[in-house]
Amino acid sequence: MTTIFEDSRPGRGGIDLAPATAGPEAYLPEDLIRERLPLPEVSEGQAVRHFVNLSRLNFAIDVGFYPLGSCTMKYNPKVNEAMARLPGFAAAHPLEPEELVQGALELMWELQEDLKEITGMAAVSLQPAAGAQGELTGILMIKKYHRMAGDLARTEVLVPDSAHGTNPATAAMAGFKVVELPSDARGGVDIGALRERLSNRTAALMLTNPSTLGIFDENIVEIARLTHEAGGLLYYDGANLNAILGKARPGDMGFDVVHVNLHKTFSTPHGGGGPGSGPVGVHERLVAHLPGPIVERTAEGFRLASPGSASIGRLRSFYGNFGMFVRAYTYIRALGGDGLTEAAEDAVLNANYLRSLIRDAYPIPFDRLAKHEFVVGFPKDVKEETGVRTLDLAKRLLDYGVHSPTVYFPLIVDEALMIEPTETESKEVLDAYAKALLEILEEARRDPGILKAAPHTTPVGRLDEARAARQPELRVREG
Amino acid sequence: MRFSPHTPAERGDMLRRIGVPSIDGLFADIPPNVRLRRPLRLPDGISEMEVAKTVTALAAKNRTTADLVSFLGAGAYDRFIPAAVDEILHRSDFYTAYTPYQPEVSQGTLQVIWEFQSMMALLFEMDVAQASLYDGATAAAEGCMMAVGHTGRRRLVVLRSVDPETRGVVATYGFGHDLEIAVVPLSGSTTDIEVVREALSIETAALLVQQPNFLGSLEDLAALTEAAHSAGALIVVSHDPVAAAVLKPPGAYGADIVVAEGQQLGIPLSFGGPYLGILTARQDLVRRMPGRIAGATVDGTGRRGYVLTLQTREQHIRRERATSNICTNQALLALAATVYLSVVGPHGLRRVEERSLAGAHTLSDALAALPGVSRITEGAFCHEFAVRLPRPAKDVNRALLADGILGGYPLVDAYPEFGEGAWLLAVTEKRTEDEIATLVAKVGEAL
Repeated sequence: MTTIFEDSRPGRGGIDLAPATAGPEAYLPEDLIRERLPLPEVSEGQAVRHFVNLSRLNFAIDVGFYPLGSCTMKYNPKVNEAMARLPGFAAAHPLEPEELVQGALELMWELQEDLKEITGMAAVSLQPAAGAQGELTGILMIKKYHRMAGDLARTEVLVPDSAHGTNPATAAMAGFKVVELPSDARGGVDIGALRERLSNRTAALMLTNPSTLGIFDENIVEIARLTHEAGGLLYYDGANLNAILGKARPGDMGFDVVHVNLHKTFSTPHGGGGPGSGPVGVHERLVAHLPGPIVERTAEGFRLASPGSASIGRLRSFYGNFGMFVRAYTYIRALGGDGLTEAAEDAVLNANYLRSLIRDAYPIPFDRLAKHEFVVGFPKDVKEETGVRTLDLAKRLLDYGVHSPTVYFPLIVDEALMIEPTETESKEVLDAYAKALLEILEEARRDPGILKAAPHTTPVGRLDEARAARQPELRVREG
Repeated sequence: MRFSPHTPAERGDMLRRIGVPSIDGLFADIPPNVRLRRPLRLPDGISEMEVAKTVTALAAKNRTTADLVSFLGAGAYDRFIPAAVDEILHRSDFYTAYTPYQPEVSQGTLQVIWEFQSMMALLFEMDVAQASLYDGATAAAEGCMMAVGHTGRRRLVVLRSVDPETRGVVATYGFGHDLEIAVVPLSGSTTDIEVVREALSIETAALLVQQPNFLGSLEDLAALTEAAHSAGALIVVSHDPVAAAVLKPPGAYGADIVVAEGQQLGIPLSFGGPYLGILTARQDLVRRMPGRIAGATVDGTGRRGYVLTLQTREQHIRRERATSNICTNQALLALAATVYLSVVGPHGLRRVEERSLAGAHTLSDALAALPGVSRITEGAFCHEFAVRLPRPAKDVNRALLADGILGGYPLVDAYPEFGEGAWLLAVTEKRTEDEIATLVAKVGEAL
């Protein structure tokens, strides 16, 4: 593919807009006016063809199976898109007087209420723009909570060794020291190690439950009790909430703050990397620290309530990724409480079923019931005999017309493959994926070169990532 | 609605294969004391037809820029979006892809990011750009944090003429790092460079400025850049991306980091989001940039391709030592901006701003000629400016609604020093001479 810059020819025009009554020199001092603007000059037809052809180089959930662990790549119902594009939402300016945007505020209020019920928390702010920003919101609230209690010694955040990278990165952004917590032999939090590491320096424990191993930590009540007894608070990373909708709630497990990924659990599409949306829910004790504004229902209608002085303040401009709220709200209304619960059931069914199909061929580090995802390793004998490893398997899967799982994560499993099928995949898709995983192992034994050189059928072959980092070429060169 | 493809018979087959007797058996690992023993208190599911009716009814309760003539800006603008932008955004090969973790099947997304980075660097005349951040306000905060990391200093100087919401976000991120933040007051509608110099010190990591500023005025970027650099601080410029088409770009003044809110580049207002955070920087700051960066490389046969690169800055590799915790960004909105800029081209973008500039000046002159109305925005401005009305701006806005006009932003809450009559107006390329004349006439009647 050419770049849009290579398609450019001087003087080629884009959209046709009538000229202004006078040029900028009529209004601005000459020395402030720009001379050159070297952006590409292409026709509309060229631009459309360029981007349509680029889109065809992408794999996507609408194209095929995309079982990235921890990413919850479920099918995104099309009605969500249609609703988000209604002019009554898409053309609403965020600073309009509240009486003009009652429909938008009502939708936000309803979504806040829905998320409170689903997570079991006392209050919700929709403002955070993505999961990681939800984490930052939560940890900053915890910081504010301890500060306002005069508890300045709480400088540490405990993070399990199986955690998403965003957890320790978030704790650091909030000014905390990260203390790593080892997993026990069953893949859960090591209670002994937790006891040792909890102290009057502990600000919080960040936890994902089910964990990145796809395991529900059955000691959660004990973990919460110990953390609270030490004076720390519990943060719930909602990346894996899809597994427990209608089955268990972070609030009932003892968590003080939770973020929800609307772009995972509530089916807003991931956009090739975003936008997401990461609302946070909190226990009663943190309500005053929530970022705002938050929508309130009053006798006169819905209004945006500004937070008080105990709030951590704003996390982003305006109210959050509203377009994602519309999609998530549509999804929640369409499925209903019963449908969300069934989604969790089928997500867990699909994960356990797929695991059952490959369990004889791939090592399972923690052999327990899976929730929405599961982790396997790469067969040691194949690796030793052939030199083939997880990366090669992931690339070979692309030749089968499916996406690879998340690989090399969580870090505590050697050569990890983290597989999350989601509830929207059919049995035959899962059967075919298992078949591919088993066939590829046979290929590896028979002809490892096929795997090491994979992928073979994609728009480009395996790309030289080391070169990209060594000789960064991050933009077009001028001229 | 159900999106599960399973039939009851299939569920039975799958459970047998797994070796558990029932769906409930799959949740046996959740201890009874945390199991939810009742159904979720949410309404039951409804059909697509019913849900579309419900949600459409909510949308219909709103009055928006789709049916009002808008002069409202203050960080979000009613601009024209060419049909081609939406058409590309509707392609589900783009919008239903994940972050491009497997580059060989994500070349569409990756090349778009690379072209976006290129365009943003060119627009602001900077060396490098990254793949996008949540919005302009978080981009400003991340830019300041880069400066903190680069200088090892722990103090920020922020002009009061910067968007109040942006200042709020910088304060929140600053709380995380326990930074000290000094705010430089307004002098009229801009900033007194001598007051800025006094605020800067050898402890200052960054000076954050906005161009044009929140009141529409142009700040003296040359002097501000010089002042920041004299103190050994970096300057972070939050710049309007459409005004950049006519203004000498911040890179030409020597800016270290330039950030922007990209909503004006083909992104619908959508009640405040999703928008687009843009972050560009000097070459030597590239390894301090937050988030994703796409780079060009080759495959085994020498074919050009794109990957996510310099990932040792990022949370999934570096964990607590990452430059930021950002993971998911605003990739689809970066696509919108890239398509928008391709479709309008440099001449189109310049014309968009020229029309806005001319309209804003026509309106400003006409309003200032009304009895009792005075200018707040001094000196040069682009598509936004403030005036002081002899009546509360909120009351005037209410009167204008009767004529289908969405008036400007009342400044009283954010800048009480200008009084209840202070009114910030934006004119985009969509506003016609007739609409401007109507606004002036109706304001005249309302006073």
